[in-house]
Amino acid sequence: MTKKRTGVFVCHCGNNIAATVDVTKVKDAMANEEGVVFSQDYVYMCSDPGQNSVIDAIKDNNLDNVVISCCSPNLHEKTFRDNAKMAGLNSFTCEIANIREQCAWVHKDKDEATAKAIKISRSAVRRAGRDQALEPIAVPVTRKALVIGGGIAGIQAALDIANAGVEVILVEKLATIGGHMLQLSETFPTLDCSQCILSPKMVEVSRHPKIKLMTYSEVQEVSGSVGNFKVKILKKPTYVDPELCKICDDCASVCPVVVPNEHDLGLTARRAIHIPFAQAIPASYTLDESACLGLNPVRCGKCKDACDVGAINYDMQPQTITEEVGAIVVATGFDLYAQEHMNEMGGGKVEDVLDGLQFERLCSASGATKGHVLRPSDRTVPKEVVFIQCVGSRDPAQHCAYCSKICCMYTAKHARLYKHHVPDGRAYVFYIDIRSGGKGYEEFVQRAMEDDGTIYLRGRVSKLYRKNGKVRVLGTDTLTGQNVEIDADMVVLALAMEPSKGTGEIAKTLKIGRDKDGFLAESHPKLKPVESVTAGIFLAGCAQAPKDIPETVAQAGAAASKVIGLLSQPTLSHAPTVARVRNSHCSGCEMCVTACPYNAIHLEHGKAVVNEVLCEGCGSCSATCLRAAIEVKNATALQIHEMIEACLA
Amino acid sequence: MSHSQAEVTQAEASGEFEPRIVAFLCKWCSSAGSDLAGVSRMQYPSNATPITVPCSGSVSPMYILSAFKKGADGVLVSGCHIGDCHYIEGNFLARRKIHLVKELLGFVGIEPDRFRMSWVSAAEGAKYSNVIKDFVEDLKPLGPQNKMKADRS
Repeated sequence: MTKKRTGVFVCHCGNNIAATVDVTKVKDAMANEEGVVFSQDYVYMCSDPGQNSVIDAIKDNNLDNVVISCCSPNLHEKTFRDNAKMAGLNSFTCEIANIREQCAWVHKDKDEATAKAIKISRSAVRRAGRDQALEPIAVPVTRKALVIGGGIAGIQAALDIANAGVEVILVEKLATIGGHMLQLSETFPTLDCSQCILSPKMVEVSRHPKIKLMTYSEVQEVSGSVGNFKVKILKKPTYVDPELCKICDDCASVCPVVVPNEHDLGLTARRAIHIPFAQAIPASYTLDESACLGLNPVRCGKCKDACDVGAINYDMQPQTITEEVGAIVVATGFDLYAQEHMNEMGGGKVEDVLDGLQFERLCSASGATKGHVLRPSDRTVPKEVVFIQCVGSRDPAQHCAYCSKICCMYTAKHARLYKHHVPDGRAYVFYIDIRSGGKGYEEFVQRAMEDDGTIYLRGRVSKLYRKNGKVRVLGTDTLTGQNVEIDADMVVLALAMEPSKGTGEIAKTLKIGRDKDGFLAESHPKLKPVESVTAGIFLAGCAQAPKDIPETVAQAGAAASKVIGLLSQPTLSHAPTVARVRNSHCSGCEMCVTACPYNAIHLEHGKAVVNEVLCEGCGSCSATCLRAAIEVKNATALQIHEMIEACLA
Repeated sequence: MSHSQAEVTQAEASGEFEPRIVAFLCKWCSSAGSDLAGVSRMQYPSNATPITVPCSGSVSPMYILSAFKKGADGVLVSGCHIGDCHYIEGNFLARRKIHLVKELLGFVGIEPDRFRMSWVSAAEGAKYSNVIKDFVEDLKPLGPQNKMKADRS
């Protein structure tokens, strides 16, 4: 057994631990452990006096290593490792025994919880007894960032990072940046024109010397780790040279193929060769390969003939570009929950039932009806419009359990915009609750009710169907206790926001987690709201959770500042808990070489050698080695065997 | 050892068999998931003592056998969901060993059900708590594990 001198510090955490764990008993039990020369309990170990007592005890008792029995290592491991360092120890000889999250908080019986806390603490004592002093490994930093997604979140993050002088690659899968914000007509609570406030930022992105914009591109592969990621980006062919394209529209006017226009959510049509909208960045046409008759002059070739400047090239090939970056911001945005899921709302099959984004395109001056609110079926002005909130959200039984957060506000905005367009029309809103937290938000909703005379009905809609050229809406008003039937000219559904299609794949590519609803998971719900669980990868916008534009911009700025902070360090330190080879045991069988996911092991003179910068310390090699010749520092087989013993003693 | 008597819990004293479980949790998903169970105050039996390891792929079959040899009635290995491994493919390596370990346990005369593997993400506190509850319930009918337990007297 080790001759090292161990100190144990047991925290009460006020009553958080002490209520279910007999802290004194844990302290006494640890004092009897072999190698333990000092054992103490304290009400708040992480408080200043608590920390000082750790530092003093290390010095006074000549401790070689310490165990703190307290909360999860995710919270205070750094605190106490810093304490150990201040007292002259190597910080890697400090171990945390998690007796709060994994013990005190999940058990009620005091005897059982105390017994388990003793096992957990003893196991940490065993581990600490064999911990070695380690020094962090310095690795260089690539001073360049990747932003995935060109909506308002990605645009803001890219601009903030680039304005700090760091190079940025902004990748967008569609032919233009702008995202959903560009589809909006006006924004709440000021009724600013959405396009007017976004397009200057888009122009800034396209002109910024530090931003490399890659539209019509997708991230395919990501390897490496914080500070040094290697990214493969697929650039899909647009078949139009943006440098030559004059945006004259000659090509589109001869194109024979007509398909629904995605930007107007199918309310208008476009040609196979098209520009998504007038302010598109880059300002160039794109030939939609899936709609085109065949990229072949024999089959059609009309657009190529019509183009005076020869910008169209049917032989353009997809390109794979490899870039190295130090940090990544993921801003892949949202999609609306599909109407097809909502059978009680017609399942997307009833005419004149629109989703929120379609209604935005009806109101927008650049939209389907040039800013006149006309219902799609017969292009007449709708005189009665029903807006329905919480469609697909707050419905754990059948749809999404969560609140989509912005629908109360945008429905109020829709009702107001409608009343401004059609002053003699009548607007009804079905709602469950009105959630209008935010600066100026509540006043905005009040104005929708009082100034614009929107009729708010508290209750849900049970069914809607087409009848006599109108949409019959059956609902209930729970405040009067009466059923309501409205023959509406048009219905607008405030559908839940869900993570955009492809969020799952990008999360897998980047190895970042998702929450139960599929949104990207932040590292800590309160204290690390823009960090993903993987170091060096940050989150912004609706890919993380439903949020409005100001919040998205704030989060994008926060993610950008994290990136700038990270990339402004001269070197990053890589955890030294990496694999080590015992040459005397190694037979050169190469099992570890195959098992290593990072290609960090190779053979030299018949023995395995570990590249410490590439090694992440996962231990796949050690579990594969038949001769115990390779193991992860401070998580060695000997340590684990002793920990097992401690858990079962 | 002197402290072992002091640790006899009420349940054990009352005579009902309480399986002793060693739970190997990967640092990134399952350990974080068990932390979430704690933060959410989800109650589960105290039978399982957690050992946090870097990755489920680092759990050698030797650790599992070692736990049985030291008297464990059940061993749990819990990692990230397949495809979500923090170390790219460590949990694939772990998954490959499940069958091997079960077969080996059967061969030496231990019920293969004493070894269990689960996939618990950092967001699945409730799942972790259920994994422990279920495992404890399933181990109770099997009774104490004595086949591999070394005589330490």
